[in-house]
Amino acid sequence: MDLNGRRVVAIGERDGVTGPSLKLLAESAGADVVFSVTQCFV
Amino acid sequence: MSPTPAILSASYALAHAPDLVRYGSKPVREIGRDPSLLPRITGSLRPWDEVVAYPPNQVFIGNLAPEDLASIPRPWYENRIDSASPSGAFGRMVSQAGLYGLMKLCDDFDLLTLDGELAAQAGADLVDFDHRRGRITGVDPAELRTLAEESDGLDLHHDGRMAGFIRTVHDQDEALTASVLLENLAGKATAVLAFSDLLRNSGIGAREIDYLLNCGEEAVGDRYQRGGGSLSKAVGEVVGCVNATGSDIKAFCSAPVHALIAAGAMVAAGVHKYVVVLGGGSQAKLGMKFGAHLRNGVPVMEDCLASMAFLVGPAGGDGMELRLDLAGKHPIGAGSSPKAVYEALVVEPLVRAGLGMTDIDKYAVEMHNPEITEPGGSGDVPRMNYRTLAAMAVLRREIGRGDIDRFVAERGMPGFAPTQGHIPAGVPYLGHALQAMRRGSLDRAMIVAKGSLFLGRMTQLVDGVSFIVERPAVARRTG
Repeated sequence: MDLNGRRVVAIGERDGVTGPSLKLLAESAGADVVFSVTQCFV
Repeated sequence: MSPTPAILSASYALAHAPDLVRYGSKPVREIGRDPSLLPRITGSLRPWDEVVAYPPNQVFIGNLAPEDLASIPRPWYENRIDSASPSGAFGRMVSQAGLYGLMKLCDDFDLLTLDGELAAQAGADLVDFDHRRGRITGVDPAELRTLAEESDGLDLHHDGRMAGFIRTVHDQDEALTASVLLENLAGKATAVLAFSDLLRNSGIGAREIDYLLNCGEEAVGDRYQRGGGSLSKAVGEVVGCVNATGSDIKAFCSAPVHALIAAGAMVAAGVHKYVVVLGGGSQAKLGMKFGAHLRNGVPVMEDCLASMAFLVGPAGGDGMELRLDLAGKHPIGAGSSPKAVYEALVVEPLVRAGLGMTDIDKYAVEMHNPEITEPGGSGDVPRMNYRTLAAMAVLRREIGRGDIDRFVAERGMPGFAPTQGHIPAGVPYLGHALQAMRRGSLDRAMIVAKGSLFLGRMTQLVDGVSFIVERPAVARRTG
């Protein structure tokens, strides 16, 4: 998927990939991360 | 020479609480929006005998080893253990009547009123409980109804009837409403049960305990300090620890591991000889995933409050040594990817000790029961964490890519703990580890806990801490 120039909402998970990690990944691919959060489902 | 700290004893308890599920945070909000959910929830709750015979619960109290669970087919709620006992090698289950009784005997402010029938049943169910049983008293049902009609608070149910009431203390203080007080009293009562059993099973006298560290997730206090209060001394008072003081360590799910490291440090420094780390159950998390359980046609399995207590003191007997020199931490600057977290918590302390990942016989990570989490799409949390650890062992060239499944099977274990926040954080394994080390079948285990700091909306950070426990003979060789 080409994220360059796309707006991204990054929802991460505590025991998986966290929100800040997703944000870094998406931004490195040129995305504009408009919201990032980590959820904990336990 | 400073003492070497050791974990000397572990105790766990499960309190069956089907009629408190409706007051869990998620159910109470959803039932408020759609009252037709209440009969669907109550109709999906398990009876006492099924809760006792549920294999993960039998592992939690020590009647089965975690490894035994791997050989029991899923769903575990259908493959129950015949003639299971509520008493285990290092834990016990208590009925809902017993739970109400514990809350009543822990109630120093007449918050809770029970009817006479429930009080009598509670007393009978707690016949082997050592403290304050004379405080479990009840009132006439008409008196209970009048109290409930004339007061602000919550009706409490048992066996299909309104059988109790907990009152709101202050009409302008959100921290002293009946729902908050119920959470705190449930936390106190269940911690008291695990602590009382710890004293009985370890043989140590209550007067010998010097310091208490509560690590539960409840928030005690009034409007001026909310969760800034403490439960440690409140629990210690009930079980007769007249020579102890205490404080609470708050760190979300990872608090028990922070607390055990702090307890070990107190012993090693000579500040205190015997420290007890304790934690009660989380009322707020009862029924947390009920929606997914109803959608999938499985029982509402978040039906028990869990609690635990650990005795930390000087090594020398048959306890397991706490290697404070190998404690791991997730520093603020470490980054929050799974790899960064486990580099900090697992690899860094091992490298410091000159050990490899395969020098750890067992890892205890977040031990959530997958049968509870999978219906909601959260997956098998322990398995995800074990696979991450195995992948890191591959990256470090300690095992081959084809050895991942074996690493997970040999050095991990199935999740068996209820989703009670701080309870599953690695520490449910400590009772099993103690038994295995006493048998000589386990040399070294690492306990790893993670905390979701971001939930309080004050930081995006995660947290984590770890420690290693060793069989004494092994510790003497490597320490």
